[in-house]
Amino acid sequence: MPAPRTGRRAARARRPGAAWLGWLFALPAVLMYATFVLRPLLLTVQYSLYDWNGIGASTWVGLDNYRRLLTDPELSATILHAFELILFFSLIPVLLGLFVAATIRGIAESRLATVARTVLFLPQIIPLVAAGIMWSWLLSSTGLANELLSAVGLDSLTRAWLGDFGTALPAVGIIGAWVLVGLCTLLLLAGMSKIDPALYEAARLDGAGPVREFRSITLPSLRQEIGVCVTVTVIAALASFDIVYIATQGGPGNATMVPGLEIYYLAFSEREVGMASALAVALVVLVLVCVLPIQRLTRESR
Amino acid sequence: MIVKRREALIGRLLLVLLMAVTVIPFISLFVTALHPAGTYPSGLSWPENPQWGNFADAFRVANMEKLLWSSFLIVLGVVPVSLLFGTMAGFAFGHLRIPGHRAGFVIFLLGLTLPFEGIITPLYYQIRDLGLLNTRWAIILPLIGLFMPFSVVWMRAHFVTMPDDLSEAARIDGANTWQLFRRVHVPLAMPALSSLAILLFLWTWNQFLLAIVLVDDPAKRTMAGALGAFQGQWGTDIPLLCAGALLILVPTLAIFLAFQRRFVAALLQGSIKG
Repeated sequence: MPAPRTGRRAARARRPGAAWLGWLFALPAVLMYATFVLRPLLLTVQYSLYDWNGIGASTWVGLDNYRRLLTDPELSATILHAFELILFFSLIPVLLGLFVAATIRGIAESRLATVARTVLFLPQIIPLVAAGIMWSWLLSSTGLANELLSAVGLDSLTRAWLGDFGTALPAVGIIGAWVLVGLCTLLLLAGMSKIDPALYEAARLDGAGPVREFRSITLPSLRQEIGVCVTVTVIAALASFDIVYIATQGGPGNATMVPGLEIYYLAFSEREVGMASALAVALVVLVLVCVLPIQRLTRESR
Repeated sequence: MIVKRREALIGRLLLVLLMAVTVIPFISLFVTALHPAGTYPSGLSWPENPQWGNFADAFRVANMEKLLWSSFLIVLGVVPVSLLFGTMAGFAFGHLRIPGHRAGFVIFLLGLTLPFEGIITPLYYQIRDLGLLNTRWAIILPLIGLFMPFSVVWMRAHFVTMPDDLSEAARIDGANTWQLFRRVHVPLAMPALSSLAILLFLWTWNQFLLAIVLVDDPAKRTMAGALGAFQGQWGTDIPLLCAGALLILVPTLAIFLAFQRRFVAALLQGSIKG
């Protein structure tokens, strides 16, 4: 954010009334945002303090819903699942993205890389629902994943990946990783192209290998881009809904139940509006608590 | 420079591998869509006699022309209005620097991280009380509100880079604030606006949660919401499901391939600013 310029200040001082009139420009946006985001958000907080089935009278229960959130293993498990998904949605795409981007940095201007830029973006263009459908099929008991395993003689490992208690959550995670790895790779690659090539040449002359080069030049220069990747992917993991809804609907059992889906079920099938709202508040806070420190860490140093 | 060449080769191999992993699900979807309806084809095998008719069937059973029209109407309702409101507020916060612009901006900034699930429950009751459930307005109005944080932040980022001298000059020529906005700043903001338009189009088209909660009739949903309903209805007929999914992908893919440079640039910038 650039510092306010004094010229503008002076201009405003000449027309104090006109300055307030400027709010007319912001008004439509503020109204829409207040009506369809801020009001529901405050209502979520209000609902979370009540026991309400959505139809009849509601009873004030104070913080009981939040207490249940912490003690009911089924509900707290959803939050643990969301954190486990971070491993797949964030860690894998960022690490893999870093590795790939660093490896292809040298050929970033080639024709292949231009084509790759388009291809790697495809998962970002399609609805997550479609990604869910594709992968449900690939990971099904007769799907490609199992065929490949059989082809290399690992028949014993084949299973319905999304239907198995042990593998369902990681399988959902893999779908998310597939969606996000291209985006991370390209973001990091764009960041790397801004690094002065002279730095690398100097490092080569000093006899640094690729690993050293990566650690001393690439990684420190990419702080901001890594911050962006982590932020975007962590939000995607914590707030995941579409993929899980399509691929597993939270099952088998509750093995892949995530907060977003649980809110949906609680509010619209089980008619526990208060509990759904408490979980929603928890989710909103959780996202902020995870994202704000990342922003601080990566932005301040610039 | 042997090291360099070897590194380039490894880089190429890795890139091709990553591209393959990205594309294989699409190919699998396509190949599966060509198998006879109701079968459970295996993996990537090319069918003995490809059933191109599956696409026509899927088009018919999914009411595709209605879905396209519905999504088009929703995009038409969401994107231009969001662009206008976002640009005006971005202008007010970033260029006019209205009193209290900092506080106002921070409130929008915090909205960037808000998961839609966080407000979906009260939103349902709010839309019901407005009598808008099961209409396209139930998707359009909340989406405009939900897109405001990003649109405002995005446009503000553009307007803070505009020099003040420009406005001073226009003011001296007698332009009022609206004319200054309309005649001077909107034309200059076109690159930022078109990237924003692409992103908003994509996010509207692919919106799923609002569609399945607020609209029961698939023919009044977005494409992604309709695809969810299609899976529920035809989920057991794998080839038909794949054909339908592919058809629903085609419009976005076509637009993406036509404007790919803008798209990639917009999405990369979009995540940096978001």
